Amino acid sequence: MNYRLLWRKTVNNIMLALTGVCALVTVAILFFILGYLVWNGGRDINWAFLTQLPKPVGETGGGMANAIVGSAKLLLVAALVGIPVGFIGGVYLSEFGGSAFPAVVRYTADLLNGVPSIVMGIFAYTVVVLPMHHFSALAGGLALGVMLIPIVLRTTEEFLRAVPQSLREGALALGANKWRAISSVVIPAAFRGIATGMLLSLARVAGETAPLLFTSFGNRFWSHGFNEATSSLPVMIYTYAISAYEDWHRQAWAAGLVLLALVLVANIGARVILARRQSPARG
Amino acid sequence: MSGSTVLVHGSLGGSGIPSTPGRARRWVRRLTSGDEIAHLITLIFAASIFLVTVLLVFELYRNSALPRHKFGWNFFVTSTWDPVAENFGALPFIYGTVVTSILALLIAVPLGVGGAIFLSELAPPRISDALTFVIELLAAVPSVIYGVLGVFVLVPLLRNYGEPVLKSTLGFLPLFQGPMYGVGFLAAGLVLAIMVVPFILSVSREVLLAVPLDQREAALALGATRWETTWKVVVPYARSGIFGSVFLALARALGETMAVTMVIGNDPKVAASLFAPGYSIAAVIANEFTEATGDLYTQALIELGLVLFILTFILNGLARLLILATTARGSEHA
Repeated sequence: MNYRLLWRKTVNNIMLALTGVCALVTVAILFFILGYLVWNGGRDINWAFLTQLPKPVGETGGGMANAIVGSAKLLLVAALVGIPVGFIGGVYLSEFGGSAFPAVVRYTADLLNGVPSIVMGIFAYTVVVLPMHHFSALAGGLALGVMLIPIVLRTTEEFLRAVPQSLREGALALGANKWRAISSVVIPAAFRGIATGMLLSLARVAGETAPLLFTSFGNRFWSHGFNEATSSLPVMIYTYAISAYEDWHRQAWAAGLVLLALVLVANIGARVILARRQSPARG
Repeated sequence: MSGSTVLVHGSLGGSGIPSTPGRARRWVRRLTSGDEIAHLITLIFAASIFLVTVLLVFELYRNSALPRHKFGWNFFVTSTWDPVAENFGALPFIYGTVVTSILALLIAVPLGVGGAIFLSELAPPRISDALTFVIELLAAVPSVIYGVLGVFVLVPLLRNYGEPVLKSTLGFLPLFQGPMYGVGFLAAGLVLAIMVVPFILSVSREVLLAVPLDQREAALALGATRWETTWKVVVPYARSGIFGSVFLALARALGETMAVTMVIGNDPKVAASLFAPGYSIAAVIANEFTEATGDLYTQALIELGLVLFILTFILNGLARLLILATTARGSEHA
């Protein structure tokens, strides 16, 4: 009987310790990734890397300025496509919803969110690249923009729903129309949360590589306007990492560090902003 | 909350049954005040999300007509991939995707569920929240960075240490035989495992936290140890939600492109050994799409994209339903 109890206690301790190990391993992976990138890529980040064009194969030095600007361009197009649709759709779900249709939209958005990014690339290819017969920043931006829609939609809806009902009632009691109440009371009240959500969603698609491979393609020079093949940070990292040149490998590490830093800063920043917003309201 | 929503809607929409002229006048007034217009505009944007999804399916379907007509179901069971002879069979890619995803789940499920149990049952809330945030950051790391680390760190480690050790200990299994390149199914499965753990962990933690407290208290009061309570009461209660998180992770793993492309070896073969280089659906699309010459070749790749889409669509749908069912049950109980 006592042995049985001892056995159960031993199992208890071992299994609980193992769960702790699982959590620790997972957390350790992040710190490993971060540490390794900083250690490996930090050496090669300098002014030239951030401001110069790539050098021809064989010459050392050069940078990824065109990829950084290209990524910014792609994100601009993505934001123009994804944010209005996601935001206004989110307003519908939160403020005008109620019947069966919002449930359909919500479910579709969740499924769209799970579509592999490479399939989004094919979609943008068939819709933009095939008719236009060439790669462009527009096609890449469209692929990223469609990926933005479900994320922006759900965060907008979530933050609008968190606005107390009494604020809406107050505005209506003062004689405002429904849309007036929404546009000048409800949306401003939730604005910080919604903006943070948009920032996060942009950070997420900024790191996407697969949908850009055959939409915006790549370019070793500056791209002009939005109708040319455009280089981007993630695609640049990919092509440099699988190349055969030592110098390109080092640049891939450096670019990886830049990309990871951007993504992590956006994520941590969003967390800080949201925490500050919530604490006084709760108190 | 829902009661007051009804109140707001009622005061605007006009409850009761007004006579027809009254209703028309009210409708005109609402239209001129802008509410109906705002409703319509937001409705159009919301509907466009549905339409984009439909368009996506339509485009994938329309642009894969050639290989569907030429190969039919044979596309999925033959393993020749010969762009020159225009003969396409997708079996090696489907095999690679399935093997790497299963491998990833075998590693990631115990790790993720174990970690989730620690974070929901043992760790103090403050520490649990902080660790969960760190783990969610892991989910935000772009996949190409996992690929870079895979190529330059994991693959050499596997080639020089991991695979020789596996071969000398478990080499009698066909899984761990043959030449060791580093790149291959094993490397891809490991990278995928690391990438999907955060998803399993954070969703599982969520559903475990949704299990009502009195379930735990009842088990502890009956004399169960902490582990017995967790494993025999809390986990079964949250079972379908945990399955949901696994489906979600599986959908992620199936569609993951960059990291897999960089470490799987890119060789369209069906091999029993995990050391062998292989190929996956997403990887072949990423590698060959821009080089594909001829409509049949491109459309064969688009058909692979369609397959990927359908698979993830089904898995995500199942996952959402399972997670929804569990969390709804938990909150209903509380």
